[in-house]
Amino acid sequence: MKDLVIIGGGPAGMSAAVAAYKSGVKNILIIERDEHLGGILMQCIHNGFGLHKFGEELTGPEYAWKYEKQVKELGISVKLNTMVLDITEDKIITATNSVDGVFQIKAKAIILAMGCRERSKGALNIAGSRPAGIFSAGTAQKFVNMKGYMPGKNVVILGSGDIGLIMARRMTQEGAKVHAVCELMPYSGGLARNIQQCLKDFDIPLKLSHTVVEIHGRERLSGVTIAKVDENRKPIEETKEYIECDTLLLSVGLIPENELSKSANIELSPVTGGAVVDQDRQTSVNGIFACGNVLHVHDLVDFVSEEAETAGVASAEYINGNLEQNACIDIKTDGKIRYTVPQKITAKKDVTVYFRVSDVYKNTTINVLADGGKIISKKKIKLAPGEMESISIKKELLENVKALELGLEV
Amino acid sequence: MYKELTCIVCPMGCTLSIELDGKDIVSVTGNTCPRGKVYAENECTNPKRTVTSTMRCTDGTLVSVKTDDVIPKDKIFDCMKIINSSVAQIPVSIGDVLIENVFGANVVATQNKGV
Repeated sequence: MKDLVIIGGGPAGMSAAVAAYKSGVKNILIIERDEHLGGILMQCIHNGFGLHKFGEELTGPEYAWKYEKQVKELGISVKLNTMVLDITEDKIITATNSVDGVFQIKAKAIILAMGCRERSKGALNIAGSRPAGIFSAGTAQKFVNMKGYMPGKNVVILGSGDIGLIMARRMTQEGAKVHAVCELMPYSGGLARNIQQCLKDFDIPLKLSHTVVEIHGRERLSGVTIAKVDENRKPIEETKEYIECDTLLLSVGLIPENELSKSANIELSPVTGGAVVDQDRQTSVNGIFACGNVLHVHDLVDFVSEEAETAGVASAEYINGNLEQNACIDIKTDGKIRYTVPQKITAKKDVTVYFRVSDVYKNTTINVLADGGKIISKKKIKLAPGEMESISIKKELLENVKALELGLEV
Repeated sequence: MYKELTCIVCPMGCTLSIELDGKDIVSVTGNTCPRGKVYAENECTNPKRTVTSTMRCTDGTLVSVKTDDVIPKDKIFDCMKIINSSVAQIPVSIGDVLIENVFGANVVATQNKGV
């Protein structure tokens, strides 16, 4: 029996563990399927992490170490190389590794911190053969940064998410030629700074409103056909262009990894792909919390750590019987705002609501309506789907409120 | 003459508008913090970048590394050549200097290896 079991030893899992420990829960177990703590940060060797949290610019491994060190110093137990197979609503965890075989642990509370997975080629339906040389950007990142293998020499990247941009620079630095980054949408899904320092610095063309329409090659990729797309995202025949390449990297989105959440009958949001949670990051199953990219995909790890702290502290309150089940105000969105996390809140705590917009909007006002009446208005010069936004709501504004709506005035 | 830049100092990525008179900067607007102005000035005269990469270790594995300061942007590939022709002696701890004085910065480990 454990007080708290945390599934996943990446930034979310470690931060949640440290926060729960500091809130008085000592009997904690972190279960991690990889051979080290740190999760995907360990392959993100570039810098830019930690500016919000630590006020300095760290690389991924350095950021991870800040937490791994605390986990070690606090003596929090960790099972590495261990895969969780199933969790139940009663908080029984079934896991396996090569030492213990298949085993079960009962927990008073569980924190889900499994992170996310890359959208694969199968989900894209690109025509053509199935040669070698097509990788998700994160797989290529692992090959280059952790194993020292270069996936290829002539590269095209589909999708302009941050991992794709970072890999464009990394492959270029290691001697590959990146011919183009194609983005289906008329705007990039990555951070503006990455467009500058990963593409413009190396004269790599970013082709907006472009996609890969055909894959060529039998055993190894020999080239791709790209085309401009119209406003309905349909390829325009006359704009087809052949690019010779041996490698295609896909950076086409991340999907929260929630197979385990489903097995515990946790309510999931069709928009975020993660659990529906309240201000404490508690899911629809009492005592099971979720944080980090398993809940919704974040742009910055700093916000993952922050969210995980919220979940860690709340799990301690739950274990000690102090967590009130009082989230009764649902937050609705107007479509221009695609989703919020949390999706429901209480009137008893100040809350920061995180959200993403569904398109690029300029000179807008974010409005928070309580039962139809405006309680907060915040002006924003620019909003983009690639950048998570937040708005803080004081509890005084929520007294006797039944429903909240977040909307954009364009 | 006006020039537009995206600030890379932090993830906010402000759009900076720089007014130039020949090579001299007349004004910088669009920055949210003072670091943006400094970045714009450097970017117009001597652009610099931090380089992050990996270095081979004596046991054949890789250790992640970075330059502990920015180096001139046009030296990135020379810096990569130096890193790729060096081998790190394990054990390595975060912050250990692996190569000294590469274009004004040290190459340091960003990961523990074999400790």
